[in-house]
Amino acid sequence: MNLVDLSGNLLFVAFIAYLVGTLLFGGAVKGSKNEASASNKRWGKLGITVTIIGFLAHLGYFITRWMASGHAPVSNMFEFTTAFGMLLVGAAILFYFLYKSPLVGLFALPIAIVILGYAAMFPRDIQPLIPALQSYWLTIHVITAAIGEAILAISAVVGLIYLLKNIDLTKKSKERAWIEFIMYTIVLVLGFIVISVGFRAVGYEATFDYVDKNGAPAEVVYHNPPLFGMNEYSAKTEGTMEPLAEMPPIINAKTLTTFTWSVIAGTLIYFLIRLISRRRIAELVKPLAVKANSKLMDEIGYRSVLIGFPVFTLGALIFAMIWAHEAWSRFWGWDPKEVWALITWLFYAAYLHLRLSRGWEGRKSAWLAVVGFAIIMFNLVAVNLVIAGLHSYA
Amino acid sequence: MSSIKCECGHLNPEGTDICQNCGRPLSTEEKSKKLADMRYDGAAIRSKTHKRTVVDKIWNFFSSVKVGVSIIIAILVASAIGTVLPQVFYIPGGGANEAQAAQYYEDNYGIFGKLYNALGLSDLYGSWWFMTLVGMLGISLVVVSLDRGIPLYKSLKNQRIDRHPSFLKRQRLYGEGRVDDPDAVMKKAAEKLKGQRYNIREKNGALLAEKGRWARWGPYVNHLGLIIFLFGVMLRAIPGFYVDESMWIREGETLAVKGAPGLYLENKGFTYDMYTQENTDEVFSEAIDRVGTVASNYQTDVALYETPEGALPGSTNAEFVKEYSIVVNKPLKHEGFHIFQMDFKLDEISAMTFALEHKETGESLGELTVNLANPEKEYDIGNGAKVELLDYYPDFSGFEDGEPQSATPVPNNPAFLFKMTTPETPEGETSFVAIRQTLEPLGENTYKLSFQKADTRNVSGLTIRKDKTIPVIVLGGVIFMIGVVQGSYFNHRRFWIRKSEDGKIQVAGHTSKNWVALQRELDAVSDYAGLPAYTDQRDKEAQTDKMEGDSRS
Ligand code: HEM
Repeated sequence: MNLVDLSGNLLFVAFIAYLVGTLLFGGAVKGSKNEASASNKRWGKLGITVTIIGFLAHLGYFITRWMASGHAPVSNMFEFTTAFGMLLVGAAILFYFLYKSPLVGLFALPIAIVILGYAAMFPRDIQPLIPALQSYWLTIHVITAAIGEAILAISAVVGLIYLLKNIDLTKKSKERAWIEFIMYTIVLVLGFIVISVGFRAVGYEATFDYVDKNGAPAEVVYHNPPLFGMNEYSAKTEGTMEPLAEMPPIINAKTLTTFTWSVIAGTLIYFLIRLISRRRIAELVKPLAVKANSKLMDEIGYRSVLIGFPVFTLGALIFAMIWAHEAWSRFWGWDPKEVWALITWLFYAAYLHLRLSRGWEGRKSAWLAVVGFAIIMFNLVAVNLVIAGLHSYA
Repeated sequence: MSSIKCECGHLNPEGTDICQNCGRPLSTEEKSKKLADMRYDGAAIRSKTHKRTVVDKIWNFFSSVKVGVSIIIAILVASAIGTVLPQVFYIPGGGANEAQAAQYYEDNYGIFGKLYNALGLSDLYGSWWFMTLVGMLGISLVVVSLDRGIPLYKSLKNQRIDRHPSFLKRQRLYGEGRVDDPDAVMKKAAEKLKGQRYNIREKNGALLAEKGRWARWGPYVNHLGLIIFLFGVMLRAIPGFYVDESMWIREGETLAVKGAPGLYLENKGFTYDMYTQENTDEVFSEAIDRVGTVASNYQTDVALYETPEGALPGSTNAEFVKEYSIVVNKPLKHEGFHIFQMDFKLDEISAMTFALEHKETGESLGELTVNLANPEKEYDIGNGAKVELLDYYPDFSGFEDGEPQSATPVPNNPAFLFKMTTPETPEGETSFVAIRQTLEPLGENTYKLSFQKADTRNVSGLTIRKDKTIPVIVLGGVIFMIGVVQGSYFNHRRFWIRKSEDGKIQVAGHTSKNWVALQRELDAVSDYAGLPAYTDQRDKEAQTDKMEGDSRS
């Protein structure tokens, strides 16, 4: 087995371990009277053991891929997202040992699994580095920033637990609607995975010629039926579906198509779940959260922001500035990726000040933590795929 | 300034919430609260006591955290709006020409783009209002740090050990009860707390255990770092502190470095490499197949020259300094100047060769080569023939009022106005020669210049930067990091234990953050020393958890 295959297998092992770990933590929480006793039970111990095994396998993937390619595997969408999933699990393990709460694991692992699934939809081949990325500062910057983001993400995980426990789902309210919306967005990611895997399984491909925004002819390959056509497209593959609409040159119709398919698939799955269970998804998940100790969840949330904020500052702003100074001749250039790192930073600064001086604890800060995670994800997904500036991954 | 006298006899400045000596509540607001407001240990804060003059009002505005957070959010939202469309410095041409930029936004993004640009959002980060917001953030940081930092410092420095029972009672973690041997309990508690690395002070049967006070300065240190950082950014406006130029340099050329007087650069050659199946490791082969060409290196080999110190301005006796290969991520550094590989153009035309031919016989009288960087006025072909170059249009873009126009000085589309003189045509004939086009503006000619070949060379785009503000920026960044770690990874914890005459013991605890951890420490002390049971007076759920019969760790 060569390094690349080994690396792929280790990642698969990690994925399976996280699935098993989720079930074990579920057992730990289900079988105990409340939060505190759960970690002492055998299920909790097993859960964390399997999670650690998964994490080590994941780390093994990371190291072997690094050895195979000669550069840190954080240089494209697949690699970065996979690494982020790994660090999220790492952060969950850290907080397990700080607070012995199996609930953090129970909620963090499924999120990591969804993130890994999402990552796997991008090209997985090992790419050589373009000149702009050939710098050890890139490695240091990206890894530190991702560690910071992963630790910050724990605040969203426990925030979600806090909200599920404390929002009254039997009464109609804004909060109930929003928490259901969060569940829905997670299902949308599943939708994306389902359509990607589905159309890949049947080997769907449609090639089009089009005119790019500089007026030059270009070619694009769709991997799902083209709902939207690129600017002045003409089909090259016989018998594919005729796009419903043509997009202006600044809009990437291929991305839009994939997005639309994901929404369609995700929405179908969502309604299927609701139809079968006859409940909101939040209601389905709530029983897992009711044993949480709200005060502990609130404190873990605050603590993770406190631990993550300095790391994020160092990685996403300071190291980024040093690298930008070496690579692009200025330490700050207002490109979208940079700006969104700044926005994330400002947001968590606001979180800390609101909490400290205006007493935003509990529910309010749980909501803020969830929004913070949404900003991090926006920077990872939308800025890369849609706004794509100088940093353009993928 | 008026002052408030506490029951204990201590004189506190006006606006004090909690007596700085004994800890009794002073203000009516504070008295009405069940728990003490420990944020600044109840010290008087300027913004809460001075409310009359204009200066007070401005001070109070900037010291308000509500205002501070609003400023942060405003900057956040503005920054996000600036990423909706590319900023003007990222569009082709960099927006040097306003009309062109406006056209660009309208052409590419329609009405929305037009509006975005017209509202100034396309240059948002350089706008006066954005800079004002950042300036307000800076002012706010200065004011808030002085407003709260000084009273907090004074109050923590002069803490009294034996606080009033009411002070202890009003702490979030509080317990009281009778024990058999109060002195032994106090002694054991002190012992255990020492083991937890608390600093213990005792007086009149009261004990104050404290650790990590320095963590309280964390926010002030990090705010100071930010202030220095913002100050560093402001310094750029001072001439000479910040140089930012770019230049094109062709292979073989030697040019003065823009923005760096006395420095000269010779371009010895530009290289553009790509990854191919042959030159790269096998692990990349799949990716290269999928993506096609991937650039692996952009490199300009240069020689740097410098005129010696004190040389006459304009003198050209520059001395060789060093050779260097500028690649992306590895700028050439010299005397604070950084020269970066930023851009390139491959195969720009550098010279064109023509033959002077008789139109009917096709017979050639000889050739001439026009060096585009340095065209000559007249070329002697020999055989009594010569060609004069009347005019040169490097980037021919058409005629306007019969006059040939050049869009830019870059030889993208060279055109020439020649006058050909031969023994046969001693009067001379005028010919306008452009790529794939020849005009004879003054009537039919006998001779023509026929294109033979073009020489090309690559052009490197370099950026020259010098930033004297970097040390200030770095200092600010380092101080910020120190402060933020200090304030986040450490916390200030205090326990007060006090015995009263009737054999009762009171215990109270406070921390700047991280209450669960504080509770764990107190649990350990209680177990060891047998302190009375305590409760978290703020958290009802924790109590019910306890009542369910499950002790936390
Ligand atoms: C982007 C800018 C800012 C950053 C990154 C920042 C960062 C911080 C951090 C990390 C803390 C400690 C928080 C904690 O321990 O939970 C803090 C505390 C604080 N900040 Fe800021 N801050 C910023 C702007 C401001 C502004 C504009 C104000 C003004 C109103 C302000 C007022 C305060 C106050 C009053 C504290 C509490 C101090 C104490 O506990 O003694 N900050 N800041």
